[in-house]
Amino acid sequence: MKPESIPSVEIVSSEGIVVARQKVRELAVNMGFSAVDQTRIATAVSELARNILVFAGKGKVAIFALQGDRKGIQIVCEDDGPGIADIELAMADGYSTVKSLGLGLPGARRLMDEFQLESEPGNGTRVTVTKWL
Amino acid sequence: MAEVTMMKIGSVLIVPIQVELHNHAAIHVQEDIIQNIEETGVRGLLIEVSRLQVVDSFLGRLIGDIASMARVMGCQTVVAGLQPAVAITLMELGLHLEDIHTTLNTEMGLELLGRLIGDKVSRFETENNSEEEGG
Repeated sequence: MKPESIPSVEIVSSEGIVVARQKVRELAVNMGFSAVDQTRIATAVSELARNILVFAGKGKVAIFALQGDRKGIQIVCEDDGPGIADIELAMADGYSTVKSLGLGLPGARRLMDEFQLESEPGNGTRVTVTKWL
Repeated sequence: MAEVTMMKIGSVLIVPIQVELHNHAAIHVQEDIIQNIEETGVRGLLIEVSRLQVVDSFLGRLIGDIASMARVMGCQTVVAGLQPAVAITLMELGLHLEDIHTTLNTEMGLELLGRLIGDKVSRFETENNSEEEGG
């Protein structure tokens, strides 16, 4: 079944991060996610959208309502930035190349049910996360 | 740009954060608070966050940084009113805010700040009402 899509959010400034997490929360509320799950999803999106801005400068966040046998929300965060050389290291708690807390990727993985990261140096990054209802 | 209202009540500066702060606004708030502490000479800072639906690692770090800066300025910080969902999410995110005093609500926050800064401040105020000398 084709997932329902909301127009994707362009991330070109920090306002985009706010818009992305508002849109995803709105969808989470409409689909009947619990208050804690709404916050988990919005926070994960906030982390991933901020990564786009910090590392690639721009990119987009696409939000899908999965309406198949299993209902859920899927978010795809994509950029054409420098990519990640060492994914294992990037997924480690507290590792950061930009003096942040280094919780973005590992934190987003903990907050969501499924997490997939595709990246190559020079070829951008795509993070796909899913939360099941 | 988001405006954050600050209220000085006695020796405490109360800062309710109610809006979704984006990066620049958030950094402004940080500077405004520290400047306000310097100008007003408060000994306690209460950051009220009950309206915040999302505290990500950026904002969590910002709040932690504000508390550290305030401490250097001789000011104790209490974060009041974190929503349960936000508290759960912060732990899962890996942000433990261990060095920050937190309370369920503003009233308890003021009580705690009173205990943290209480005696010294009231004595200071009664004994020395004149303005502090410049350094």
